[in-house]
Amino acid sequence: MSQDRALTGQEFELRPESRKRADRPKGLEWALVVLAILYPVALAAGPLFAIVWGALSSGFGAMMRQLTSPEAVNALKLTLLLSFAATALNTVFGLVVAMVLTRDDFKGRRVLNGLIDLPFAFSPVIAGFTLILLFGRNGWFVNLIDALNLRVVFALPGMLMATTFISLPFVARAVAPVLRHVGREQENVAYTMGAAYWRTFWSVTLPNIRWGLLYGVSLTFARAVGEFGAVLVVGGGVTRFTETATLYIYRSLDDRNEVGAYAMVLALAVISICLLWLMEYARKHAQDE
Amino acid sequence: MNATRAQTYSPASVAALPWGRWSLRAVALIWLGLMIALPLAVLFEHGLREGIVRFWAEITNPLALAAVRLTIFAAAVMTLINAAMGTLTAYVLVRYRFFGSRLFNSLIDLPFAIPTLVTGVMLVLLYGPQRTLGAWLEARGAHVIFARPGIVLALLFITYPFVIRTVQPVLMAIEREQEEAAWTLGASRWQTFSKVILPMITPAIISGALLSFARALGEFGSIVVVAGNIPRSTLTAPVYVFGQIESQNQMGASAVSILLLALSFTLMLLVDWMQGKRGGGHVAR
Repeated sequence: MSQDRALTGQEFELRPESRKRADRPKGLEWALVVLAILYPVALAAGPLFAIVWGALSSGFGAMMRQLTSPEAVNALKLTLLLSFAATALNTVFGLVVAMVLTRDDFKGRRVLNGLIDLPFAFSPVIAGFTLILLFGRNGWFVNLIDALNLRVVFALPGMLMATTFISLPFVARAVAPVLRHVGREQENVAYTMGAAYWRTFWSVTLPNIRWGLLYGVSLTFARAVGEFGAVLVVGGGVTRFTETATLYIYRSLDDRNEVGAYAMVLALAVISICLLWLMEYARKHAQDE
Repeated sequence: MNATRAQTYSPASVAALPWGRWSLRAVALIWLGLMIALPLAVLFEHGLREGIVRFWAEITNPLALAAVRLTIFAAAVMTLINAAMGTLTAYVLVRYRFFGSRLFNSLIDLPFAIPTLVTGVMLVLLYGPQRTLGAWLEARGAHVIFARPGIVLALLFITYPFVIRTVQPVLMAIEREQEEAAWTLGASRWQTFSKVILPMITPAIISGALLSFARALGEFGSIVVVAGNIPRSTLTAPVYVFGQIESQNQMGASAVSILLLALSFTLMLLVDWMQGKRGGGHVAR
């Protein structure tokens, strides 16, 4: 399998410089530009405007009351907890996987390279479902978790696994091309000069890949915050217990608590726009280096 | 990237740390094995446990079949629109500089950052039957939300960046000279695009389109809000799987899941094969 491909589109690209070749559009070319802009405006900007309007329709106070209700606060806390934990796991293991993909060579490496993209092909619903098949009643590991007296399905461990699974490829896919790009010359120099393995990693490898890593980490976090299908299936969305922010929105819509739903939608939209800004910041820095 | 390749096999890296290499390898294999291979294995084992006949019966159940058909149909419509608009947008972003073009370029990835459920709610708010714009459309007989156009709309939003982000780097890499040569030889602007540029970016367009198709097959969060989920009409395959899980029909859920996964994974392999054929230079094997 090829490695540097822009598989999910989220693959980190060291894009070639293009600014000097761009022209100002002339005459009819403006029609192309206008069409290219109007299309996402209808698709995204319109809905974004609608949600701000919807959340504020009963006033700012009403929106804040909904957002600071114990249930909403609990849901947001749970989302942040799961997202931080899943991002931490995926950062550590994603770095290891990226190192193995770029610095190692063995027969199973291509299988590894194919496996890592699989979560992209998984519907979140199916991801949650496989956890039920593994840990639910009649699951493969039901004896094991009974013996350990652990609850996975309809509990936090299962939701953490689901969130981690869904956001698994991004750190590895963001870091691998950068690792390959910087090569290992500097690492070899550091190592030859007597720096230990960890020292080499912390003071040579990590600074070299920091922008790619930041990009991957923010994308992972964004995915984790927005996860819905997998945590719905595996967590069940029990209020105040396994209800994340997205599940809170889903239930509020069912309960006809529209202001509550829209307020949370707006909160999540703001979080994702901040994360997008972080991703772009990392991408620009990587290009400048 | 021959230099990188040489470095990978440099004596220092291979001889330096056998234990480090082996432990990293083991950690990566165990992590991906537990997190990815195991869920895949349990799904296939469960779906095929009661034999291929039962598996086939679950897939050809009329409701399941209708859901899978709708999913493929909606994804195909979205893919066609996305391929055209994505190519146009990538071209505009690469070739023209205008007020706000850099901001526009930074906002392309927004759908990757926005939760899909949020997308669904936003679309309902704008195009829903009780909303201003939605009511206006409804009065003219255009049903968007809780109907098939809503599904396509949600998929278009979710997969917006794919074609743009695969075509953009290829367009940037094309030498401006080739276009200028065609231009100088008397080709019109459209001829230059269709005869010179388009053939070069077609593989990238197809890659991006197939990726968005694969991504669309599994979409759940936005569709469950937008579609209304009426069996045989607006119930897509992932929502069908969700319903089967809820009603404890695990066989039905696994069978349709296997079908969906097989479809999207085949598409991804196809993209991989295409990019491997095209890319060559940057692929270090």
